[in-house]
Amino acid sequence: MGELRFSHYSFSAMQRGETMGALQEFLQQMVNGVALGSIYALIALGYTMIYGIIKLINFAHGDILMLGAFAGFFVLVAATVTPLTFIASFLVAMLICALIGIIIERTCYKPLRNAPRINALITAIGVSMFLENGARVIPQIGPNPRQFPTFLNVNYDFAGVGISRIQAIVFLVSIALMIVLNITVNYTKIGKAMRAVSYDRGAALLMGINVNKIISFTFAIGSALAAAAGILFASAYPQVEPYMGIMPGLKAFVAAVLGGIGSIPGAMIGGFIMGIAETLTKGFISSQLADAIAFGILIIILVVKPSGIMGRNVSEKV
Amino acid sequence: MSVLNTENVSICFGGLKAVSGFNLQLEEGELVGLIGPNGAGKTTIFNMLTGVYTPNEGKIQLNVNNNYQNLIGLKPYQITRLGMARTFQNIRLFKELSVLDNVKIAYHFNVKYNVLEAICRTHRFFWEEEEVSKKSLELLKLFNIDDKSAELAKNLPYGEQRKLEITRALATNPRILLLDEPAAGMNPQETQDLMKLIQFIREKFDLTILLIEHDMNLVMGICERIVVLDYGQIIAVGNPESIKNNPRVIKAYLGKEVETGA
Amino acid sequence: MISMTDNEKFFLQAVLAILGFIIIAFLIYLGIIDEYTAQILTSAAINVIIALSLNLISGFTGQLALGHAGFMAIGAYSTAVLVMQLQVPIIVAILVGGIITAIFGFIIGFPTLRLKGDYLAIVTLGFGEIIRVLMINADKITGGAAGLKGIPSFTKNYALNPTLSFIWVFLFLIGTIIMVNNLIKSSHGRGIISIREDEIAANTMGINVFYVKMFSFTLSAFIAGIGGGLYALFFGYLNPTMFNFIKSCDFLVIVVLGGMGSITGTVLTGFILTYLQEFLRFFQDYRLVIYPLFLIIIMLYKPNGLIGLIEDFQKWRRKRFPHQKRVLKAGEQR
Repeated sequence: MGELRFSHYSFSAMQRGETMGALQEFLQQMVNGVALGSIYALIALGYTMIYGIIKLINFAHGDILMLGAFAGFFVLVAATVTPLTFIASFLVAMLICALIGIIIERTCYKPLRNAPRINALITAIGVSMFLENGARVIPQIGPNPRQFPTFLNVNYDFAGVGISRIQAIVFLVSIALMIVLNITVNYTKIGKAMRAVSYDRGAALLMGINVNKIISFTFAIGSALAAAAGILFASAYPQVEPYMGIMPGLKAFVAAVLGGIGSIPGAMIGGFIMGIAETLTKGFISSQLADAIAFGILIIILVVKPSGIMGRNVSEKV
Repeated sequence: MSVLNTENVSICFGGLKAVSGFNLQLEEGELVGLIGPNGAGKTTIFNMLTGVYTPNEGKIQLNVNNNYQNLIGLKPYQITRLGMARTFQNIRLFKELSVLDNVKIAYHFNVKYNVLEAICRTHRFFWEEEEVSKKSLELLKLFNIDDKSAELAKNLPYGEQRKLEITRALATNPRILLLDEPAAGMNPQETQDLMKLIQFIREKFDLTILLIEHDMNLVMGICERIVVLDYGQIIAVGNPESIKNNPRVIKAYLGKEVETGA
Repeated sequence: MISMTDNEKFFLQAVLAILGFIIIAFLIYLGIIDEYTAQILTSAAINVIIALSLNLISGFTGQLALGHAGFMAIGAYSTAVLVMQLQVPIIVAILVGGIITAIFGFIIGFPTLRLKGDYLAIVTLGFGEIIRVLMINADKITGGAAGLKGIPSFTKNYALNPTLSFIWVFLFLIGTIIMVNNLIKSSHGRGIISIREDEIAANTMGINVFYVKMFSFTLSAFIAGIGGGLYALFFGYLNPTMFNFIKSCDFLVIVVLGGMGSITGTVLTGFILTYLQEFLRFFQDYRLVIYPLFLIIIMLYKPNGLIGLIEDFQKWRRKRFPHQKRVLKAGEQR
């Protein structure tokens, strides 16, 4: 293959042959968009938190998603799919990816904290490519797409607008994780320390905060969220392969920028907007354009309001 | 007509009013000190004057051929080209480049050959390059660092890095020079030398100088006029003697130092 | 200091390079260098041209660009279409291909270069992908996913083809090296480098940072487009998958491995890596795992790459053999 894949996940189980009214079609695409958007939001949260704390675009974030999806894949293949094993797959994948996130940060990013920014960016690209192509050469993973084991899908019909069981799960799990994250960041001691480090690392250090620990913790949380997003994404699509993280990773990055990079509520809003924009484009304009639309949105934000919806205008201290 | 005129300049960061109602007229050839406690807004004023920050209100005007030119909204490079240069509190040299290249970069906007001439290496290219090198070395010589012109800027000792920053600013051929804590990190002897140097370049290049400094010996020693800032507002203006005895200044800032006999 | 000796040295190097070039061209013509080796040399030269263009924007200007395969694709398809459908002379087609690419560079650079460097990386990456998708969809012009076949080569004479391809490509390579080198070693080049070193300081030194970045990025796109044009004519076949993200990363690896901001480094590494890729089976299989490791290790331990290593070796030698004195010239970088 040797190329990026543009994934054509479409929640196709949903799209039924019968003709729908324009309103129903619109609502249907909104439902699809919200489900997809909640996955983007989860990924965008990791981007935005890591950017907020060390000002680095972690290009490898999408590949952590891929690793998480594979971790879940192996759990679900080993055991049959039941609600219990499904939850277990989440726990295993999130734990493994949190560890991988910490290892990547410690070995690759930490030594470059004071290096020129372009060096850290190149390293992040290196890590990303290494994870993707490393996964391809491991015989257990390999280059070919595999079917992701998932629940038997059931459609619930609400006046012509269908919601699949997978979509409901995706949405509920995402919302639950976002609530947990919000509580952690806003109401716990470690969350306060995270905010302090992202605001001013030097001052946080002087206040006795263990900055290294906080940065590792942020990577762990971000990567765990990516892992969860990976399983959800794989369940919806239902397929796993080494390059699967690239496109959702990029789109989630655009979502983070759209919401205002560094802002947690911004990442959530941005994620939903991206998801909806994508499914609406797919439904009403052209499915070919759906991927291009993400970058179109990115360019428009950069021209109109580079700080994003929730972002603050931060100028470099001189 | 003053060289630089600011009226009622104010800026907010979030809810904090960092500088408010800043009025200052710099007269031709003056050497003015801007002092005040940490966080009083001194560097913020420099940043507004040089276009790094845009003030929320007020006027900043520069005398260009006896006409006031509005500076608000201009980019830093445009203001430099109009004749106002600066140094930075936390030295911002091009660290990985040689001392000579640091100075040459400041000559760039005055270089007359275009990209095509550079690529084809025309006669004018060689002539201008020679000229820029010569001028840069002359400037470095004034500061006694011409023998280190081939060294990387980051390898210079601290005091010489400060000097190089001033050299680089001078290379843009300014009429107004803003120095942000030029003596920071220097020992008393180096500070003494720096004072002489500042007075020397003022004469030699017909400069108007505004400087921020915490070293009171330097400020009291060479400034003709001192502006004292506290909480973003001017609390006193005057000659060194009157500032030393101004009760508001003593209260806000100098109090302790005066008592210990500074 | 630009003295006559410097000028003379440059002149001497140029003469040597041209002499070497003529000799190799002759050896290819006589068949002493076989066709396969000639092909590798030529394709290495194309890689070097594009890597140099990436070095201009990323190594010298300090702005990471990740979509040079996209620029290469625009140059390649434009040139191919101009030659095939409009029967434009080759040289004109290549240059126009470069100009079309430069226009794309300008359009992408305008919104992004005002912002911090990170955004350029993402936008160029996204752009590279979009270009590829557009190439697949615009199948009337590009042949779509099946590709564009039968692009005429530099010459119709089959026997002369290796020699002439080599000459064409190397003339462009020499031109590119001279252009980038002379630009960088001028006042304009110092302006470009000052942005990499410290954007704010450059701005207060009177340098119009946005303008210089735009110039550098547009020129970089232009050169990459030229490289793409040469690629199209040399290989005779284009396919959108040739210009994927991995291709962009290949150029990045050449630049980083050679040493960011080093022309010599890029040229050396470009030839070495292309050669290794062709000849080492092991390297072919695991290239995509080894390359990223290279990137990480170099960034962590030797950010100035091969050139940094060579300099370290020279320093070590001077320490061991102190009688061989070498005087650092004024104005010398790195």
